[in-house]
Amino acid sequence: MRTLIFLLEKEFRQILRNPQILRTLLIAPVIQLILLPLAADYSVKNISLAVVDNDHSPFSQRLINKITASGHFRLTGYAPSYPEALKMVEEDKADIALQIPIHFERDLVRENNKQLYIAINAIEGTKANLGGAYLATIIRDYNSDIRLRWQSAPTQPAPPQPASPQPASQTTSTPSQSEPPQIDAVSSNWYNPLLNFKLYMVPAILVVLVTAMAAMQSAFNIVQEKESGTIEQINVTPIKKHIFILGKMIPFLVLGIILFTLGLLVGWIFYGVVPVGSLWVLYASLIVYLFAMLGLGLLLATYSATQQQSMSLAFFFINIFNMMSGVFTAVDSMPGWAQAIVSTFPPSHFIKIMRMVVLKGSGFNDIIWPLTAMALIGLFLNTWAVLNYRKTS
Amino acid sequence: MRQLITFIRKEFLHVFRDRKTLLMLFGLPIAQIVLFGFALSNEIKNSRIAVVDYSKDASTTRLISKIAASDYFDIQRSLAGAEQLQAAFKKGDIKMAVIFPANFGDDLMHTGKATMQVIADASDPNQATTITNYLSQIVTDYNTELAKDAGQPMQINPETQMLYNPELRGAPNFVPGVMALVLMLVCTMMTSVAIVKEKELGTMEILLVSPFKPVYIIISKLAPNLLISVLNLFIILLLSWLFLDLPVKGSLLLLVTSSILFILTSLSIGLLLSINAKTQQAAMMGSLMGMMLPTMLLTGFLFPIENMPLALQILSNLVPSRWYFIIVKRVMLKGLGITAVWREMLILTGMCLLLFTISLRKFKIRLQ
Repeated sequence: MRTLIFLLEKEFRQILRNPQILRTLLIAPVIQLILLPLAADYSVKNISLAVVDNDHSPFSQRLINKITASGHFRLTGYAPSYPEALKMVEEDKADIALQIPIHFERDLVRENNKQLYIAINAIEGTKANLGGAYLATIIRDYNSDIRLRWQSAPTQPAPPQPASPQPASQTTSTPSQSEPPQIDAVSSNWYNPLLNFKLYMVPAILVVLVTAMAAMQSAFNIVQEKESGTIEQINVTPIKKHIFILGKMIPFLVLGIILFTLGLLVGWIFYGVVPVGSLWVLYASLIVYLFAMLGLGLLLATYSATQQQSMSLAFFFINIFNMMSGVFTAVDSMPGWAQAIVSTFPPSHFIKIMRMVVLKGSGFNDIIWPLTAMALIGLFLNTWAVLNYRKTS
Repeated sequence: MRQLITFIRKEFLHVFRDRKTLLMLFGLPIAQIVLFGFALSNEIKNSRIAVVDYSKDASTTRLISKIAASDYFDIQRSLAGAEQLQAAFKKGDIKMAVIFPANFGDDLMHTGKATMQVIADASDPNQATTITNYLSQIVTDYNTELAKDAGQPMQINPETQMLYNPELRGAPNFVPGVMALVLMLVCTMMTSVAIVKEKELGTMEILLVSPFKPVYIIISKLAPNLLISVLNLFIILLLSWLFLDLPVKGSLLLLVTSSILFILTSLSIGLLLSINAKTQQAAMMGSLMGMMLPTMLLTGFLFPIENMPLALQILSNLVPSRWYFIIVKRVMLKGLGITAVWREMLILTGMCLLLFTISLRKFKIRLQ
């Protein structure tokens, strides 16, 4: 026990002595946490739209007004023809091209049916997806709008009486009114009613920052002693393997907790993110998570001889963790095999826990599965690392 | 000149001797292209939802089977009551709940109007918006079906065409993004270590007292990294062509030229970091902690740049990968020529020259 305290004293001194390290460990992540959620805004509000209006009718005018008034779209310009509009898409001047064909109004009134042509640049999937969905909703609303106006207009002959408004499987009782049956879907958004994207991103970005610090620093630190040869001096002392490893891990555990706390404060001060759930659940999960990630760092350290090697290894894992763990794209939409791989990444579980606890106030019972998974991964990594760590070279 | 060649050979030996690092350098792009290309997608599919049906009649059954038939939803279970919803949301079991009130079927039959409730877990706002939209699409379709016999007047049929990426795969967006990310980070990191390592090990002194020109030291440090990055580039292009069905639509020469321009710019950033850092650890942390997230976010392949606050939009202009990403998208995916990308190439050239000149001037030939 006393040896451990001395070792800890040594480690803390080494870390605190180097201001450059402290700067990159604590200040750089905090600055990133302040700035980056501003950049991570997926909400699609500035889709640029090129319109080809071949009809020039009140109907087409009203449709264009409705689309631009929605706030999601920005009219970048009218194109004289559809190929020209597509050219604007090609040159990234527009994301969506909308063509209102000639006789749009006339055919709608006379034939009750008319096409609209929409072309979406689908390279950016989210934008295409959401943009298309928004546009479809607006057109749907517009459709029922003009229908209502038309039907309420005095000159309009009564719409055809429905013979049987219900599908065949339905009962035969016919409603008396002329309107077709309508189902109205009323939607509400729980846990984040204003659809504030930052509430969703801040917890995840914090995890990314803690991950980079924990896994890489612990790996670097040990390899640094290897490279400068000081590890030999420790190896010849009677210090036990596990004491030495504990001495290396605890300082980074403490640093990780400090960074996490700073991050929560930044989230609260700058973005108003206050965890709905209990802090104690959060910190308990954090400690399990750090245990797993420090284990990974340790394992990488046992496999590398130089700092450059440990950095390359750490970079390999962290980069894949960042992209695959659901920070930016939903894990749920991945294919099954990919989800299986992702479930072995500790960050994917911790990000899930963070979002659940911070946004929804989930308790221990709700996060028991990801927490257990994280603990098991941590146990596995640490055991492997300890077995692979040799005091003699 | 002979000196320079000898030194470049020395550096190559250094790099190629370190098998583990080399494995990572080539393994990373391969793993990323394969994993990201196949796994990442912006499409939201198979969202788990719960259905609470208090009405249990023919119309709700039909509507539920329509929802179940869609690719977007995966009906997890039918809850008996709405009071279980909160728990299911908190556990993260479901993303959305659809509730049919008890009088749904009667209302629809007798008054011709019925209301159902849709509750989305909006902790992920995008997913919530998208799946709510999908659901209302299904309900609208069902409404149209109901009204078929009623002869719904004035039907507008939008015909939507997804350009360049009809299946909405993630790969077309992620491959250029990964190219920008990997090339930039690998170049910066490898180079940032190069000079600081010699400083830390004390061999820099030997180099400096030799009659070797300082600029040669820099060139010989950059050469192996340049080669590795170009090799990586070809591996990525080959993989995305073979596995992800993403060939280079435009001119390969143009793409490679601008890639080399981008690689040189990233190497210069690494050089600058390396010259300023005192220890390897500081250089690596600077290039990783400092560069990874900003590169990811400000390149524009994860989040649209035009959504960002003005200050960040201006800042993103300083990130070389942002310009490279545009070039790759235009040349590789859209098949455009040099007229579409010369501005971006010019910007990269400017950045590269500027960074390299600064590094050269800051490179000290005295140790203290």
